[in-house]
Amino acid sequence: MKVKEIVSLVAGELVGAAIDPEYEITKAFASDLMSDVLRFSMDDTILITGLCNNQTLRTAEMADLRVVLIGRDKQPDEDMIELAEESDITLIKSKYSLFKLSGILYDAGLKPLY
Amino acid sequence: MHYTFTIEQGNFTDAGQASSSVKRTLKQLGVDPANIKRTVVALFEAEINAVAHAYGGTIDVDIDDGKIVMVVADQGPGIPNIDLAMQEGWSTASAKVREMGYGAGMGLPNIKKNTDDLKIDTKIGVGTTLTMTVNLV
Ligand SMILES: Nc1ncnc2c1ncn2[C@@H]1O[C@H](COP(=O)(O)OP(=O)(O)OP(=O)(O)O)[C@@H](O)[C@H]1O
Ligand SMILES: [Mg+2]
Repeated sequence: MKVKEIVSLVAGELVGAAIDPEYEITKAFASDLMSDVLRFSMDDTILITGLCNNQTLRTAEMADLRVVLIGRDKQPDEDMIELAEESDITLIKSKYSLFKLSGILYDAGLKPLY
Repeated sequence: MHYTFTIEQGNFTDAGQASSSVKRTLKQLGVDPANIKRTVVALFEAEINAVAHAYGGTIDVDIDDGKIVMVVADQGPGIPNIDLAMQEGWSTASAKVREMGYGAGMGLPNIKKNTDDLKIDTKIGVGTTLTMTVNLV
């Protein structure tokens, strides 16, 4: 699934630029706990999270995540947007809860990590 | 090659900068992605712990052909019970630290899992030093 499809499925919005519009996402992981994110291999995975700060992006960078979906109508600030660009991470935001986001993307075919 | 960084207590705006910089360096050096990932995950967890649980400190990274050695030394309260701290899920993280996304109690176990050698020297009231080694061959 490409970034554009995800944005439309979750009635979301791209924050900044889509780094790689052709990047194919096959899996998703939802968490607000960053050390949990760092436990797994995140190949072709999107992170769904309600944590909206610089640490979300630092963690994504360490985990080799390339796309992060921020839920619960949280608003990334300028600092975050800049950091996302620097780290080649595509940021999407949505008003939906994490449960709803997960349900929608699961239904649409994204796989869980386990 | 030797790199040094300083870590500031409670500064969650910049926390992770050192790990980020090391990641860039390892990429430039052409280290393979799997080894980069385990190196920076371990370093990042240690960096965050020094920001979150201690009063800041220093990071020293040495990279050669065979291995990466990372020393994260903090001035902090020390760890009273290392066995407990190494357990998955055990955490004393403050409300502020939890708000930043930490406190799963998975940091030290993640470090252990991602490194080939981990040494923890800690003294109550003085500080904690983690020495982490990742073998490249
Ligand atoms: N550098 C340190 N100085 C003092 N105490 C520490 C230090 N590092 C870890 N600890 C103690 O060990 C506990 C476990 O650390 P660990 O990194 O595994 O989990 P955490 O930091 O609480 O949560 P997480 O890393 O999952 O976000 C901490 O909650 C803290 O009590
Ligand atoms: Mg930790």
